[in-house]
Amino acid sequence: MKPGSGSTPSQTVGPFFHLGLLREDWSRLVKLDHPSAIRIHGTVYDGAGEVVPDAMLELWQADANGHYAHPEDDREGSPPEDGSTGFGRCGADDAGHFEFVTVKPGSVPGPGGGESWQAPHINVSVFARGLLKRLVTRVYFSDEDEANAADPVLASIEDPDFRATLVARAEDGGYIFDVHFQGENQTAFFDV
Amino acid sequence: MREERISLSQSGGYRRDSESQPPYLYPEYESTRLRAPGRPLVILPHTLSELTGPVYGHEKVGTLDHDLTRQHVGEPLGERIIVTGRVLDGDGRPVRNSLIEAWQANAAGRYAHHGDRHPAPLDPNFTGAGRCLTDSEGRYRFVTVKPGAYPWGNHDNAWRPAHIHFSLFGPAFATRLVTQMYFPGDPLFEHDPIFQSVSDPKARQRLVSRFDLSATEPEWALGYSFDIVLRGCNATPVENHG
Repeated sequence: MKPGSGSTPSQTVGPFFHLGLLREDWSRLVKLDHPSAIRIHGTVYDGAGEVVPDAMLELWQADANGHYAHPEDDREGSPPEDGSTGFGRCGADDAGHFEFVTVKPGSVPGPGGGESWQAPHINVSVFARGLLKRLVTRVYFSDEDEANAADPVLASIEDPDFRATLVARAEDGGYIFDVHFQGENQTAFFDV
Repeated sequence: MREERISLSQSGGYRRDSESQPPYLYPEYESTRLRAPGRPLVILPHTLSELTGPVYGHEKVGTLDHDLTRQHVGEPLGERIIVTGRVLDGDGRPVRNSLIEAWQANAAGRYAHHGDRHPAPLDPNFTGAGRCLTDSEGRYRFVTVKPGAYPWGNHDNAWRPAHIHFSLFGPAFATRLVTQMYFPGDPLFEHDPIFQSVSDPKARQRLVSRFDLSATEPEWALGYSFDIVLRGCNATPVENHG
């Protein structure tokens, strides 16, 4: 393989990915009895408003201190906190519903390093039959108004309704984050 | 590998290689019509969130997880094959210690999945799922059986070319890739909208494995080579003194 060659194209996970990707339960990033455990759940909808049972979500997040368990995050004074790897994966059920148990991440540095800060957020990949490549979105939190208002990624989305699709609604002990592939409620997706 | 560390956050992060990738909407692949996003994507700068990603530990991968022919009491039916290759970044550097997950249909073209209604036989000795970690040269190796082609409901007389699904993480959230590996010379290529959704013929060819006599083991199994190229970095490597 020559240097500078193009990358391998993405292809859909198809309808039978459970076989290879969901043999273990990765939906709990922390133990249920973790003192700061939160539930993030929602439903995946297609362009006809039908639920999508053959979808899968993956989460990638910093810990509660805003530290990513990865060598690229080598900032001093922020050791990994709770032993969580920060990775989660959950398949939708027959009702298109998914549910994760995790902790709310801390703020992390913004574009270009430590000058600006990003509001607490979770990075999300969505896979499904009919998606030739993953969709990327983010979960922000409705009880972080101040941090959200200063977040550079949220600020890059002009339409306030579109921006609001990234903000999970707080309810008792958890947050609701629905994913809409199309339509007037379409979730904002990113070109990573 | 400290010497390979790259000052990613000082740079533009990972290169976008959209020319090699399929679109979201490819109407010939029916399911994209209601699932492709309608609104334009929001360009995301590569921050620490995108430059980091899940790290999978060696201890979690079993020594036989790469061998799909040894997961049951007996051996699966079909043509035993070896699939091997390297995982590289777009600059030809090996992607080391990185998790690869794979899944596939059996030799008759049937997945061991309750949703698969194709009336071909299940094989009690074949589940069709495996995983492994790349080694220090980015190399991986699976032992399996050649999957069969199978019909699907996309259009009249639609058949998927034989393929193995591969899922890779690479070093960062930005490098996540799920793809499919095909076999050389498959007559179904020209009829398959999933394969054809990649418009660049050179990129499409990167989805096709190569018969490899040097990976073939005498009296035992044919070998196929399949290199997987993840996105490259915009940065040039620098010494890391941290």
